[in-house]
Amino acid sequence: MTIASAQMTKRADVTGHRVTGLVLLVIGLAIFGLFGAALEPGLETKFGLNPGFGSQAIKIPDLVLPTQPAIYMLAGMAVFFGAWQLARGFRSVGAVIGIVAFCFIAAFLLWAARGKTFNLVGMLSSSLVRATPIALAALCGVISERAGVVNIAIEGIMLMATQTAVVSATISGNLYVGLVVAILTGMLLAAIHAFLAIKFKVDQIVSGVAINIFATGATSFISSRFLERNTDVLNNSGTFPVIAIPLLSKIPILGPIFFANNIIVYLMILLVVALHVLLFYTPWGLRTRAVGEHPKAADTLGINVYLMRYVNVILGGAIAGVGGAYFSIGSVGRFDEIMTAGKGFIGLAAMIFGKWNPVGAFFSSLLFGFADSLQVKLQILRVPIPSEFLLMAPYIVTMVVLAGVVGRAIPPAADGVPYEKD
Amino acid sequence: MTPVLELRGITKKFPGVLANDNINLTLEQGEIHALLGENGAGKTTLMNILYGLYKPDEGHISVRGQPVDIHVPNDAIARGIGMVHQHFMLVPVMTVTENVMLGVESTRGGAFLDREEAARRIEKLSEKYGLEVDPHTYIKDLPVGVQQRVEIIKVLYRQADILILDEPTAVLTPQEAEELFKILRSLTAQGKSIIFITHKLKEVMAIADRITVLRLGAVAGSVRPAETDPAKLAALMVGRDVNLVVSKKAATPGDVVLQVDDLHALDERGNLIVRGVSFDVRAGEVLGVAGVQGNGQTELVYALTGLRPPASGEIRILGEPLGRLTPRDILEKGVAHVPEDRQRHGLVLSFPVSDNLVLCTYYLPPFARGISLQEDAIISASQELVKQFDVRTPNVFVDVSTLSGGNQQKVIVAREFSRPIKLLIASQPTRGLDVGSIEYIHGRIIAKRDEGTAVLLVSSELDEILALADRIAVMYKGQIVEIVPAAGVNRKYLGLLMAGVKPAEAGAAVGVGAAEAEIERVF
Repeated sequence: MTIASAQMTKRADVTGHRVTGLVLLVIGLAIFGLFGAALEPGLETKFGLNPGFGSQAIKIPDLVLPTQPAIYMLAGMAVFFGAWQLARGFRSVGAVIGIVAFCFIAAFLLWAARGKTFNLVGMLSSSLVRATPIALAALCGVISERAGVVNIAIEGIMLMATQTAVVSATISGNLYVGLVVAILTGMLLAAIHAFLAIKFKVDQIVSGVAINIFATGATSFISSRFLERNTDVLNNSGTFPVIAIPLLSKIPILGPIFFANNIIVYLMILLVVALHVLLFYTPWGLRTRAVGEHPKAADTLGINVYLMRYVNVILGGAIAGVGGAYFSIGSVGRFDEIMTAGKGFIGLAAMIFGKWNPVGAFFSSLLFGFADSLQVKLQILRVPIPSEFLLMAPYIVTMVVLAGVVGRAIPPAADGVPYEKD
Repeated sequence: MTPVLELRGITKKFPGVLANDNINLTLEQGEIHALLGENGAGKTTLMNILYGLYKPDEGHISVRGQPVDIHVPNDAIARGIGMVHQHFMLVPVMTVTENVMLGVESTRGGAFLDREEAARRIEKLSEKYGLEVDPHTYIKDLPVGVQQRVEIIKVLYRQADILILDEPTAVLTPQEAEELFKILRSLTAQGKSIIFITHKLKEVMAIADRITVLRLGAVAGSVRPAETDPAKLAALMVGRDVNLVVSKKAATPGDVVLQVDDLHALDERGNLIVRGVSFDVRAGEVLGVAGVQGNGQTELVYALTGLRPPASGEIRILGEPLGRLTPRDILEKGVAHVPEDRQRHGLVLSFPVSDNLVLCTYYLPPFARGISLQEDAIISASQELVKQFDVRTPNVFVDVSTLSGGNQQKVIVAREFSRPIKLLIASQPTRGLDVGSIEYIHGRIIAKRDEGTAVLLVSSELDEILALADRIAVMYKGQIVEIVPAAGVNRKYLGLLMAGVKPAEAGAAVGVGAAEAEIERVF
C-alpha cells in the first residue's frame, strides 16, 4: 500500500469516527439539558433491588442515589466518551455507543423516578418475561433463515397458536395440552409456508404475508363468532404457574430475575442453548448452515437440500408455536384479537440484530423486552410523556436497530433464494 | 486390465438440444484423460451425468467393470467418483475443515462435531499428496489456488479414486496452474485416475495422457498428445481449420487518448481496491491489463466508464479531465465499453436484439424524434449491423437472451464498434466464448486499433493479452506492478508478476529458467 492510499483509507475512517463522536457528544449534552439542569437540587431516586413478591433469603437494601449529581455524572461520562471519540477515536466503537446508550437510559430512569422508588429488579424480571415471545420468534427466524428460508409468517403463526392453545387448554382443562396443540399449530402453518416456498418456489415474502393475513382474519373471526360468546367454555384457561427453582431463585438480584418464572420462559432459555449447540456443534447444524449459505455445494456432497429446509422451517414453526402459547396460556389465560401485536416482527428484528445467532437473538430480544417493560413502568410512574409515545418505545427501538445504527449484519448467503436443481 | 471407468452410448437431450449424443469414454487406471471441447460441446453435461446431477436418457456406466446406476451425487461418491466443480462448491464463511467434513462429519459422543479429528485427517491427506492448506482458516480468506486444493482434498477425503476436474485452471495464475499439474501428477502416481475438462489446447498438450474431443455433443476424436498438435486439436474442436495466431502489424501509436493519474477506487463494500494507478493509452495501440481476477481490474474499468466514480485521482480523455461524468457523458466523448459482465452491464436480456443495438444512441436522430422512437429507423439500422457483424440470430426481433454467448457478445461489439469512437475499453471480451467467436472478436479489436482507436484491454487470460496487446500492464493488489512492451516479453515473467513477485526478483527467477520459458512460449 502506498502512503497516499493508506492516508485515504484512514481519512474515510476518521470521518466516520467524527460523526459518531459528535452524535455521542450531543447525547451527553442532551442528558445534561433534558434531565439534569431543570431539577430542583436535593432530590433522591431509590432503586428497589428486591422483587415485589415472595421472600428473599437475603434482603438487599435499596440503592439510593442523589438524582442531580448522578445525572451530571452520567452526562459527564457521555460527554467524555463522545469527545474522546471525536478527537481520537476508540478501537471498539460499538462498545462506546453501548456505554453512552446506557448513560442515557440510566439518566432517564433517574429523572423519571426522582423523589420516588423504582423497582429495578421487578423491571428487569418483567423485561425477561416480555422478551420471551420475541426471543422465541427470533429463534424460529434463526433456524429457518439459517437453512435459507425467510419466514415472515412468524407473527401469524404465533397468533394462530395463541388461539389454539387457549381453546384446547380450556376445553381439556389441561394447560400442557394447550402447549402441545400450540406447537402442532405452529408446525402445521410452518409446513404450509415451507411447502409453498420450497416445493412451489413461491416468493417467500408473499407466502409469509398471506399466512399473516390468513391468521389475523381467521383468529378474529373465531374470536368474535365463538370465543366472546362462550368465554367460560372456550376462552378461559388459566395460566402456567410460576415455578421458583429451589436455592437458585434465592440468589439476590439474579434469582428473582432468572429463576422464578413460568415454564415457557424456562423453555425459551433452554431452546436458546439447545439451538446454539445444534447449529454450531452438530452435523445437523453444519448441514443446515451449508444449505443456507451455498445449497448447491451441499447438494453436490449428497445432502438433501429440500429435506433440510423442510425440517428446519417446521422446527422453527414449533418454536413459534411455543411463543404463541406464551401470549394466552403463558400470561393472561385468554385470547384477545391481534394480541401478538407485532412481536413476531420484532422477533425478526432481534434475529437480525443478533446476527442470526441464537444467543445473539436472545440478548437482542432482552433489549426489546426492556423497552417494552420500561414503557409500562413509566406509565405507572406518571412520567410527563403521553402514554401513546411510551407505547411506541419497543417499535422505535426496532426501527433504530434495523436502520443499522449498530453495524450491519450479513444474512446467510442463500437466505430467501429458492433452490433449483438445474 | 479393466478400465476404472467406462461410459457407453451416453445420450442426453434437453428441450431443443441434443447435449450428449451417443458418447463413449474409457478411463484407465492412473491416467489423466482430457475432455476437450468448446463451451456447449457437452463436456459439463457428460460429467454431471457421471456425478448423478443429471439423468441420462440412454447409455450405461461401468466402474471397474461393474455396471452401476448413478442417480444422486451420493451414488457417485459411494463408487469413488469425486468432482471438482468449475465454480467452487465451498461455503466461504466456513473453515476448510467444516467444508471438507460436510456430509461425512466426524462425531464425538455420537452427536457432536469432532473438528479436531477431521482436521487431523485433512492434514494427513495434504501431506500425502502435497496439498498444502491450513485446516482452520476460513475459505473466504484463501486465494483461489488454495481453494482449489481444498476442493481436491474434499474429494480425496471421501476416498475417491476417480477425480473429475471441470475447467480447473480457469481461475488460476500460470504458476498456480503449474502447481496444480504437479499435484495431479502426484495423484496419478499414487493410483488415482483423473478426467480433466478444459477448452485450453496448451493445457491438454502439457498434462493429458489421452485426449477425447467433443463437438456439438458427440465425440469428434480421441488421440494421444504425441500424435497431434494444437492446430489439429483446434480443428477437431471447431470442425474447421482455425487461425490460432492473431495476425497483426506493428502498432503505430499516435497521441495520448487516455491518461490516468494516481487513480484510487473503491469496491462495492467500500474497500480501497484500486490503489494509485497511473498509465496512458495512445491512439493506435492496445494496452493490455493482465492480472488474476479480483486485483482491482473490474473497479478500474468501472471508474473509467463512470459506472462507479473513482475515490480520487484524475482521468483525462484527449487531454480533457473526466471529472464526475455519467456513463452517458463518457460514451458521448467517444468511449466504447465492452463490459466484463455482458449480461448485467452490456445487454438488457429481455429486450429484442434491435433495441439492444441502439442502447447508446436511441435518444438521438434518426432513432428518436422528439419523445418518440423511430421504430423503422431502429430496425433497418439493426438489420444492417446484424449483417455486418455476422450476428447469428433468426431476426432482430427475438430477445437477446435467446442468443448464444458468442452472439450476445457480437451484439455488444456491433453496438460499440459502429459508433465513431476514440477509445475502446474491453473487459474480458472473450470470456466463455467458443474458439470461432474469439477469433472473430480478436480480429475486430485489432482492426479498430489499426483505424487509430486507443484500446484498453483488460483480461485475466494471459494468452489473450499476449495475442493482442502492444504494451502490457500487470495489475496486482490494486496497483500496476510494471508496464512492459509486449514484443519479446517472457510469459513466465508475467506470470510471476501476476502472482505478486517483485519485478526484480521475477526477472532473476526467469533468468535461470529462461530456456524452459522459451519452450513454453512456443505453444
